Amino acid sequence: MEKEKKWPETWQELNPGCMVFKPGSTRDYHTGTWRASRPICDTSRCIKCGVCYIFCPEGCISQDADGYFMADLDYCKGCGICAHECWPGAIKMVEEG
Amino acid sequence: MSERIGMEIALAAAEAVALCKPDVIAAYPITPNTHIPEHLSDIVAEGRLDADFICVESEHSALSACCGASGAGARAFTATSSQGLLYMAEIVPIVPSMRLPIVMAIGNRAVSGPINIWNDHSDIMSQRDSGWISMFAADGQETIDMMIQAFKIAEHRDVMLPVNVNLDGFQLTHVVEPMMMPSQKEVDRFLPAYKPYAAVHPDNIVSMGALGMPEIFNEAMMAKDDALINSKKIILEVWKEWEDQFGRKYEPIGAYRMEGAEVALLTMGSMGDTAEVAIDELREKGVKAGLLKMKLWRPFPTEELLKAVSGLKSLAVIDRAVSFGGPSGPVCSEVKSALYDKKERPLITNYIIGLGGRDVLVADFVKIVEKAIGAQKKKPAKAYEIYGVRGS
Repeated sequence: MEKEKKWPETWQELNPGCMVFKPGSTRDYHTGTWRASRPICDTSRCIKCGVCYIFCPEGCISQDADGYFMADLDYCKGCGICAHECWPGAIKMVEEG
Repeated sequence: MSERIGMEIALAAAEAVALCKPDVIAAYPITPNTHIPEHLSDIVAEGRLDADFICVESEHSALSACCGASGAGARAFTATSSQGLLYMAEIVPIVPSMRLPIVMAIGNRAVSGPINIWNDHSDIMSQRDSGWISMFAADGQETIDMMIQAFKIAEHRDVMLPVNVNLDGFQLTHVVEPMMMPSQKEVDRFLPAYKPYAAVHPDNIVSMGALGMPEIFNEAMMAKDDALINSKKIILEVWKEWEDQFGRKYEPIGAYRMEGAEVALLTMGSMGDTAEVAIDELREKGVKAGLLKMKLWRPFPTEELLKAVSGLKSLAVIDRAVSFGGPSGPVCSEVKSALYDKKERPLITNYIIGLGGRDVLVADFVKIVEKAIGAQKKKPAKAYEIYGVRGS
């Protein structure tokens, strides 16, 4: 199957008013590329309380198979709120690069 | 059959809007607004119009509510003025970007300060580049007619853009005039029911107002500009249909006594009617003077302007707003820019007049025409003159 184009090639191909007729289209926007620092979770200190999951404004944190809460780095913008809220001190922000 | 009425123009505008059967009207009802939404709320309360009247807490919310309603497929209307339009400003450019055919009446009033509630065009000029179709009514009849035309133009599938109809605050909004009010049957014949291109509904998958990344933004702005420029074709079509049905002619730039004219005034809004009297006086004296009345401000009628000024020696552009620190008044800057490429063009002078409700008299226009004639011999030192300033 032909891969769907990420962007319309010409301005004429835009839908009127840039309306989007495909659900979930913002999944394609990997806002994680804007990140300057990433959250690193020390699983030895994590108590799986999920406070990071609750506070993440991006909604990009989910539980993995072992029950730990991990950020999806495709979408995590590196705001650091999870690290700030993590009271057991399991999440640390580490500079990218 | 149309009925001859005598009515305050703001009320007549509301009656005309009601004939278009909007589904949703959202407006902030007090100062600086006019009687337009107030009277519409009466019409809804009386049960003459089946519409949701949303009495919002601000103009920002008024246009936001209209956006939501229009996005859901409703015919939506709002009205504002002056600071109200400025309070709305955050939403104003979003409406054409989303291609929502909202109609808005603007009872043009000065932007403060000093605090002022009277007429000039500084409110709409601040929203000039927002992407709306923008037209100016010269009198009550044009106000009624343009209100009805606006819905048809806005909702046309080849347009899908919002329209603002400008009527001078006080000089038009608060004045009683004799007008022909079309009947419901006539309006129903002229204006078909609104069929939205897309509408937000649980059964339809559509997102409106989504994020536009840098990779898409140039293209999106190009599409927006293209839509506005192309709307002129439909505006002209709809005006022709109006003329065929109601017998009243509309053109982007109306001409008054332009036969053989060597000097002309160019006005927008209600000043046109006053200027007509001045032109009559001048013609009686043998001055070859004429008048151009600009009705369509956006999309800017470049072609029609070029045609209208051909043969003129001197053109006095009348502005009713100041572009502070700019090369001239907002209308004159555009007129000059449109004529720049033309080899033969009239001498253009610019007079800014009638700010914040200052009276504009027939004698003022006579004097301005005389100035414009004199300018051919001796060019004024400044590109524009704020007319009638004491001490200057």
